[in-house]
Amino acid sequence: MTTSSHGQDLIINNDTIERYRQRVARVLALAADAGATSAEASLNVGKGLSATVRLGEVETVEHNLDQGLGVTVYMGARKGTASTTDLSDSAIAETVTAACDIARVTSEDPCNGLADAALLARNPQDLDLYHQWPLTVAEAIAIAQRCEDAALQYDKRIKNSEGATLSSQEGINIYGNSNEFLHGYATSRHTVSCSVIAEDGAGMERDYWYSSARCADDLDAIGGIGKIAAERAINRLNPRRLSTRQSPVVFAADIASGLFSSYVSAISGTSQYRNMTFLLDCLEQQVFPDYINIREEPWLKRGNASSPYDNEGVATAPSDLVAGGVAKRYVLGSYSACKLGLQTTGNAGGVHNLVVSHGVHTLEKLLAKMGTGLLVTELMGQGINRTTGDYSRGAAGYWVENGTLQYPVSEVTIAGNLKDMFRGIVDVATDVDMRRSILTGSVLIDNMTIAGE
Amino acid sequence: MEKLLQQARGALLEPAGIQDQDLARVLDQIMSYEVDAADLYFQHNRFESWVLEDGIVKEGSHNIEQGVGVRAISGEKTGFAYSDAIMLPALTAAADAARAIAHVGQQGSLQAWSRSAYQQLYLPQDPVHDFSAQVKIDLLQRIDGLARRQDARVKQVIASIAATCDTMLVAGSDGTLCGDVRPLVRVNVSVVVEQNGRREQGSAGGGGRYSLQKILDDDFATSLAQEAVREALINLEAVAAPAGTMTVVLGPGWPGVLLHEAIGHGLEGDFNRKGSSAFSGMVGQRVASEQCTVVDDGTLPERRGSLNIDDEGTRSQCTVLIENGILKGYMQDKLNAKLMQVAPTGNGRRESYAHLPLPRMTNTYMLAGKYDPGEIIATVDKGLYAVNFGGGQVDITSGKFVFSASEAYLIENGKVTRPVKGATLIGNGPDVLTRVAMVGNDLALDRGVGTCGKDGQSVPVGVGQPTMKITELTVGGTSA
Repeated sequence: MTTSSHGQDLIINNDTIERYRQRVARVLALAADAGATSAEASLNVGKGLSATVRLGEVETVEHNLDQGLGVTVYMGARKGTASTTDLSDSAIAETVTAACDIARVTSEDPCNGLADAALLARNPQDLDLYHQWPLTVAEAIAIAQRCEDAALQYDKRIKNSEGATLSSQEGINIYGNSNEFLHGYATSRHTVSCSVIAEDGAGMERDYWYSSARCADDLDAIGGIGKIAAERAINRLNPRRLSTRQSPVVFAADIASGLFSSYVSAISGTSQYRNMTFLLDCLEQQVFPDYINIREEPWLKRGNASSPYDNEGVATAPSDLVAGGVAKRYVLGSYSACKLGLQTTGNAGGVHNLVVSHGVHTLEKLLAKMGTGLLVTELMGQGINRTTGDYSRGAAGYWVENGTLQYPVSEVTIAGNLKDMFRGIVDVATDVDMRRSILTGSVLIDNMTIAGE
Repeated sequence: MEKLLQQARGALLEPAGIQDQDLARVLDQIMSYEVDAADLYFQHNRFESWVLEDGIVKEGSHNIEQGVGVRAISGEKTGFAYSDAIMLPALTAAADAARAIAHVGQQGSLQAWSRSAYQQLYLPQDPVHDFSAQVKIDLLQRIDGLARRQDARVKQVIASIAATCDTMLVAGSDGTLCGDVRPLVRVNVSVVVEQNGRREQGSAGGGGRYSLQKILDDDFATSLAQEAVREALINLEAVAAPAGTMTVVLGPGWPGVLLHEAIGHGLEGDFNRKGSSAFSGMVGQRVASEQCTVVDDGTLPERRGSLNIDDEGTRSQCTVLIENGILKGYMQDKLNAKLMQVAPTGNGRRESYAHLPLPRMTNTYMLAGKYDPGEIIATVDKGLYAVNFGGGQVDITSGKFVFSASEAYLIENGKVTRPVKGATLIGNGPDVLTRVAMVGNDLALDRGVGTCGKDGQSVPVGVGQPTMKITELTVGGTSA
């Protein structure tokens, strides 16, 4: 096995960042020359290596080198957007022209425009988001092999594999706008994942596990990742269905973040001004029980979704989304803020690490608190209606009696309405899943409908 | 095909001064390693979209994606690299990276360029540029007016037009050298209605591989507006959906998403080569009632899921997956076909040059049966009639699949009665079709809205089916 270097290698350092900043500055100048009254541009470049092994053998080795430029121009209150993956001078010029051509024909909208200059991050802080992992292809393969091997050795019922993958990605993001904002920084993400298949006389079950971090030093032990994947697949063997019933439900920590991303979507400015939300006009209303707090923490060092400024250059800051169960603010960029007569919350492009408060119980104690009910470890499908909050999804997990797991369950659905589910949160466990941008432990909900046999 | 290849050369290779013999040289350079096969995939994709909201078109965007992907295959190993720049030095560098999965060794054999058989299912036109921006803006405004005039309860209309012109050229060590120009348009309408403080949503969409002219001529877009409003108003009356296992009648067309999830993914060659699908090793066995014949057909003219050639240069075809209830075969790309020692079926697809080809569906549907749809409903005492769906998902290993109804009704004593709220339906792929009791004579395909995701790659697809009665399927409502 040989190491290979890509022909147009991307070296991530301050000189490169500066070079790409100058590129964005030129884009903004081109837009001004083309008649734009204001403009903003973002440039992303990235590179990476990913290696997948399956049953001990190399399956794929992938080298990626990506680049993209997006530009938005304003002609008064008209807006046009264009993007390109070709960063040649001629392609950039064409892209600026395309954005301007669009801005000449779209309708005026008084909410169009750059973010308020006073809110921009003037001295963005370093959030420790870039950690290079200088890996050869051979080393990447060896790590993936070690991970999968731990899964294959775990139990003789692990009979097949979808493989283990190591992926190491790094890149630079630059954002600039004509309010004299022009900054950029480097980020990295390294992930090791493993997916294996357990089989016995009755059938096959697949499950996976992964670890993901900004810095390779923060990854979980490689063998442990494979072992957990194997354990999860084995535990799912011989699932039963349930009869149709009402029951309390625990959402395991690694899927519980989905509940809160539904909340974020319901309080996003776009859903609010479009009236496409089940939580319309919910500010200062009790939407969760009083022991639930949700705080945005954009400045977590090495955080999964940490960022010093949002997609419009607006400075981020830690703040409460939910305090004492009450909705304290929406999730807004400049445009949706203007539509609602509010100020941007620095969330153009989304939220930057949400931390959901938790109680004192471990998952084990949370299950004891539930007594009898369903522990859901996997959800299937997108059965969530954002306008009404109606929720109906496929589920798999474990039936729990007297706080202990009885048997695996599959081919059932769980259903309810998100409004009731939010208010019905009984407790959040301490087993926070740190791999996501929404950090939460397992969540116990008082009652849902389970449909089965 | 020669004309399409010439057009692809003109768009992709000529601006960079790359000749056919340069492609042969790069492939030869890869094949000097212990490599069984290699290919180069050039792509230029131009995408434009316009969005109307609050009665005005306030947003438009224009995107260009281009590059070249290089793949080298050695046994079951694949090396892959790509470049956003279509230039000979970048191509050579990507080739070096891709071939690194194999050692220097025997010179693999590079076949002379061969010519593929001709098929032209759509015209090589550019729907991005065939009409002015004003025509597209006017169309969206017409949709908005129509939706709002239909009912005073309509409070919000969001309408969009997206057009793509995708030009590709693939050159392979097996002598493949072909190109395609793939137009794709799509119109979407989504409305919010309000009555006594209750809000509901309805949406409709459609399109295909043709010029925007077709949408203007047929007034297809305005029928979408009517459809979105109709669905939203019905949802205003919807009561809680039932929970539990019951008889389900699926309407014709888009409910065929059932086939895509329950059957289709599990029959993709890669999962079966690896033995990870619940359908592995089941060719020749009964997996459906004998009324069921299911095909994957990439050759339907102008359909969203159709392709003249797949992304490996294999001519697309109509593949029988299930015939009278018996599993006949899998959908294959070149790699998995070779490893399973069968012929490729024209299902090798990739999202872009920056992604590896995988076996993927095209248009997947069930052939018509003999029953009148009314006759089918009349046989049901108590059940669910589901006519429109959102997306779905499948676990190909356990076979469990879901798909979510967005418009459904109760069937009581052989009649369709009250509308019910959306609910997810769940079942087991390898046996759900064994419970198909009646297949209707009203085969319909969807209107051109499907996008399928696999391994992080999205590709446009189509589905279809006639009305179908399934005796037992689990419905995930709240009304136990």
